[in-house]
Order: sequence, then structure tokens, then C-alpha cells
Amino acid sequence: MKHTESDAPAEGLDWQSESSGANMTRGDRLREFYERSIYEPGVVAWSDMRTRLGLLLLGVYVAVALVAVLGLWRAPSSSQAPRLLGMFENWAYPLGTTNSGVDLAASIIHATPDVLLMVLAGGVWATGVAVIVGTLAGYKGGTVDTVLMSISDFFMAIPGLPLVIILAITFSPENPIFVGVILTINYWAGLGRSLRSQVLTIREDSYVEASRTMGTSTVRILWKDVIPNLMPYVTVNFVFAARYTIFASVGLFFLGVLPYSDPTWGVTMSRAYENGALFVPAAAHWIIAPMIAVVGLSLSMILLGQGLDRVFNPRVRTRLAGESESTAEEGEETTSKGMV
Amino acid sequence: MVNYYVRRTARVFVTIFAVMSLTFGLIRLLPGGPFTQLRVQLLRQGLPPEEVNKQIANLQNVQPDAPLWVQYFDYMSAALQLDLGQSIHYSRPVVDIVARAAPWTIFIVVVSTVLMFAGGIVLGAIQAYWEGSRFDTAVSSVSIAGMSIPFYVLAILLLLFFSYRWSLFPPSGTADPSIENQWSLEYVISVIRHGALPILSYTIVGVGAQALAMRGNSIQVLGEDFVEVARLRGLSDGRIATRYVARNAILPMYTGFLLLLGFRLGGTIILEQIFNYPGLGLELLNAVNRNDYPMMMGTFLVITVALVVGVYIADLTYGKIDPRISKGDSSEAY
Repeated sequence: MKHTESDAPAEGLDWQSESSGANMTRGDRLREFYERSIYEPGVVAWSDMRTRLGLLLLGVYVAVALVAVLGLWRAPSSSQAPRLLGMFENWAYPLGTTNSGVDLAASIIHATPDVLLMVLAGGVWATGVAVIVGTLAGYKGGTVDTVLMSISDFFMAIPGLPLVIILAITFSPENPIFVGVILTINYWAGLGRSLRSQVLTIREDSYVEASRTMGTSTVRILWKDVIPNLMPYVTVNFVFAARYTIFASVGLFFLGVLPYSDPTWGVTMSRAYENGALFVPAAAHWIIAPMIAVVGLSLSMILLGQGLDRVFNPRVRTRLAGESESTAEEGEETTSKGMV
Repeated sequence: MVNYYVRRTARVFVTIFAVMSLTFGLIRLLPGGPFTQLRVQLLRQGLPPEEVNKQIANLQNVQPDAPLWVQYFDYMSAALQLDLGQSIHYSRPVVDIVARAAPWTIFIVVVSTVLMFAGGIVLGAIQAYWEGSRFDTAVSSVSIAGMSIPFYVLAILLLLFFSYRWSLFPPSGTADPSIENQWSLEYVISVIRHGALPILSYTIVGVGAQALAMRGNSIQVLGEDFVEVARLRGLSDGRIATRYVARNAILPMYTGFLLLLGFRLGGTIILEQIFNYPGLGLELLNAVNRNDYPMMMGTFLVITVALVVGVYIADLTYGKIDPRISKGDSSEAY
């Protein structure tokens, strides 16, 4: 999504404040930065139900992770509780217990920090590599483009999960950050390719050409002119990469191909599955509890992705600048690109 | 144009070649080096070392003593002749087992992906026409919720309720083994009943995302001038909806379709494990758990080649389907 015409009025008005920048004190500038980059997007984001829900949900997970890190909840161990308690039967063990008397809430809470780290690492790695590859290939063109695109074609050609499984048994990663990177080892390729095609159109825009004629360095052009225009797409895809990391990690722990020291959500699911949680009605909660944890986290990601899409939608942002009331109605629609 | 096709075809071979090299490299990287474990095991059984070496060479198409480039050359030339070595567990050629397993996986993946796109397109189109209606809001919310459910979670839930609680569908296998005649209607019904739950769980979680994409595309197309002109020309609503809007809205989803086919081909590992459905994914996972390296690399190679060919077809046909894109590099699908 490039800045479109509807963005122009706001920027057209602001030129005065920008040109008088030399006379502004540092405090003024900081305040302006805060208003433009944090406060206004924040208001737009918060005005959207989905972002609010998504942030709230994510906040719950962060809080749970903090509980685990600070040791506010008992650590999971066998025979710490009566066996196979159902959900909410005993408030000391709200999510119930397993057949060996492990507190389910404890094992889910203590797996949360690692999951969040993994998701963050996966998202940062996938989108980071994609942005670097996509912008360089698209902007530089020529040999750089050919080489980078051949590499990403190669990575796109390898089916994700089987490759990850083989890498996982080769390296036996235990560190959650390393696991996150391995899970998204070839996720960046497709994203890098679509970023490249966007850069190809941005490159031809007049303001980029202007920067080029002024002799601005490539890195500066990429950083100041190109990447900001890619940000909406990148942010939305960061969220999708994060969701993919959650799905893949839980799935692979469930299959038992990733090594672990503490049981993660996927391991809990797999143990429940192996212990007949599917046919023993009294054990059904054992497999359902980790599922709820997975679905909740990915729901928060999806909601955030949908909401953030709005933040970058120039039409919605302009409205906040108090300019064009007329665009208020047509700005309602949201795009849902980049969803696989 | 010919030039483009030639280049694109050449790239397929280069990619497959690279993936084959990668599998060769991975075999050597795997824990314990190439077949160390197996060799120790065979030696312990009292076999003479030459015999052990011969067996290992047979299993992997690689002579462990030969220099690296000879091993590489042997491996590649054997793989080109569709000889992927012998499975350690089954003591049979990997190609045989893959050929037996692949149709089931393809059945699940193709049927579920087609259903998913069909459902998503219909839902998304209706949403776009009734934009802002209660139906639109409801379907969008359900879609978002659906996108946050991993397919294996749905698979387990379906299995829990439809197979174990209510006994509506069989929980595992591809067909009832007691049916002898593979060409009878009875057998077909059994195959469908066995495949229903895996297909459903793969379909339902994907419909939402496709519906949202179709909705976005359709809304965009509905705002185009040519739709307005078509209305002014007095064309019937049905004609506008199918010929003008739907066609243009579906086009961008076409490449996604083929890419997703390939992507899901890899994802069946988890699905087949849950439903104990003996396709490629289950074979790969079993091979991993049994340290059956030739089997593992063979299935990996086959899944990869399938994906490469899928993307290749997407690229080549995209220019045909969308006449606007017909020049050189721009016809690349992704």
C-alpha cells in the first residue's frame, strides 16, 4: 500500500511545521514525533475493536509469561495434585490435572515464556530477512536481483514442515529462539518475493527518483523512502509469520520431533493424545486445555494483524488529522491482503 | 515468450538438482554421520566389514569409503533413475513405498484444497455483494476465528466427537481392509468415509482466509469503472456477477491455489499422524522415528519435486489465464 492521493492533504498541511523544524526546540520535535508516530496511530489502532481485543489477549499471554518467570505459580511436577481432575472442579487446579497428577495450568503457564520468545524470533527472522532480500533485490536489480531471487526460489521450492523436521532432528535445537528461526527457515522466501515486486513499483516513484538525483546513498533511500512504504505489508506479514511459528511449533512438538526439557503446549497435547484423552471422557480436558492456549494466542495475532492493517490505511489516518471528513465513510473498508 | 518458457523450465531442473544436492548434504549431516549407527549395529551382529559396507552402499546408493565426489555422483545418478535406495525398515525400494503412499496424500490435499477454494469464493462473493450486512459481519468474524485454529486442533476435535463420541466416521486408515474388490462402490464409499475427517479439518480452517481474500478482491473489482459501464449497458446482474466481477476477483487467487497445494502437501505430516492415514507424511514421520534415512530422504525429495512442479505449472498457466499479464518476468506467479 503506497501513500495514495488521499494522504496528500494531510501532508500538504504539515509542510509548514516541517520546514520550520530548524527553529523548533528538541522538546517540540520530540513531542511532534510522539504525536505523529505513536499517539495518532495508537488512537486509530485503539479505535478498532479488533486491535483492542488482540492487544488485550496478547497482554494476557504476556502477563501469564510474567507469572511463570517470576515463579508466582507452582512448577509442573507429577503427583502434585489428585489425578484427572476436570476443569474448574478444584480452584487450586483450575485447568484440571493429568493422569499422573500434574497441574495442567502449571504446565501451560510455564511453557508460555518460551512460546512467546519463539514466536517473536520466528516473526523477526522471517520478516527481517524478507525485507532485506526483497528491498535489495527490487531496488538494486541486475545481478543482485537474479542471485537473491534464485536463492529465494530455491527456498520456496522446499516444503516447509518436512525440511523443518529434518533440520530439527539434525540440530536438536533446545533454545526457543533457535527453534523459532528454524521453524521459519524458509518462510521469508515468499514474502521476500512479494516485497520485491512492491519495491519495483516504488522505485519508479518520483520522490525516489528525486532522492537518487540528489545523490542520496542507497541505504538511506531504502531506509527513508522505500521501507516506510512497505511497512503496512511487513507488519501484517509479521503477524502471519508469528501465527505460522505458533502453529508449526506446537504441531512439531505434538509430533515429537522437537527436543524439549520442559513440556510445551504441543508436548502436553501429545501426551494427552497418547494417554487416550480422545476416548476417555474424563481426560478430554487434558488435550483441550493446551488447544485453547494455542488458539487464543493465534487469535490475538490475527486480530492484531487485521487491526494494524487499518493503522496504515492512509484514508483512516487522514481522518484523524481532522482533514477530510468526507472520506470517513469510504475509509471503513479494510483490506485483507497477504492472507494465506 | 518461448524464451521465458525455456528459462522457466531450466529453472525447475536447477531447483530439483539443488534440492537433491541438499538431501545428499543432509544425509551426511545427520546425527552420527552417514549410517554410523547402522554400521555399528551390523558389525555387532558379527557380519564381516566388507559385507557391512556393501549393505550400506546398497541402502543409500553411496559407498562410504569412496571419495566425496564419487559418493555425490553415485547418489545423484541413482536418484535420476528414480532409485532412491532401500528402506531400512521395510527392506524394500523406497520408490515402491512412496508410490503406494502418494495417491492417498494427493487425494486428501487436492480434494480439501478444491473444496476450500470453492467455499471461500462463494462465501467471499456473497459477502462482497452484501457488504456491511449482518451476514458479512458474521462471516468475517467466523473467518477470523477460523484462521486462528490450527488444522490439527480441529482434526483432534473432529476425531474426538465424530469418531470416538458419536462413532460417525472411522478414526484411522484409508479404507475398510475387509473389502476385497477395490473397484466396487462399497470401496469408494469406504474411502470417502475414511477421508472425510482429514479433508474436513483441512478444509474448514482454510475457508475463512480464502473468503476474506475473495471479499477484498470482489469489493475492489465492484468499484472499477468497467463494472459501472456494464451496469449502464443494462447487462443482467447475473452476467455482471459471474463474467465481470467473479472472474477478475478469482484471478489473483489462482496462484495462491497451486502454492497452497504444495504447502499443504508438507503439512499432511501432522494430519496423517492424527488420523493414522498412511500417506507420504506418515511415511516420512515414521522414517524419522525409525532412523530410516533412505526412506526419509526419498519422501522428502518426492514432496519437494511435487511442490516445484506445482509452482512451475502455476507460473506457466498464469499468463494463459490472465491475459493482462503476458510479458516476460511479470508473468511469474508469486
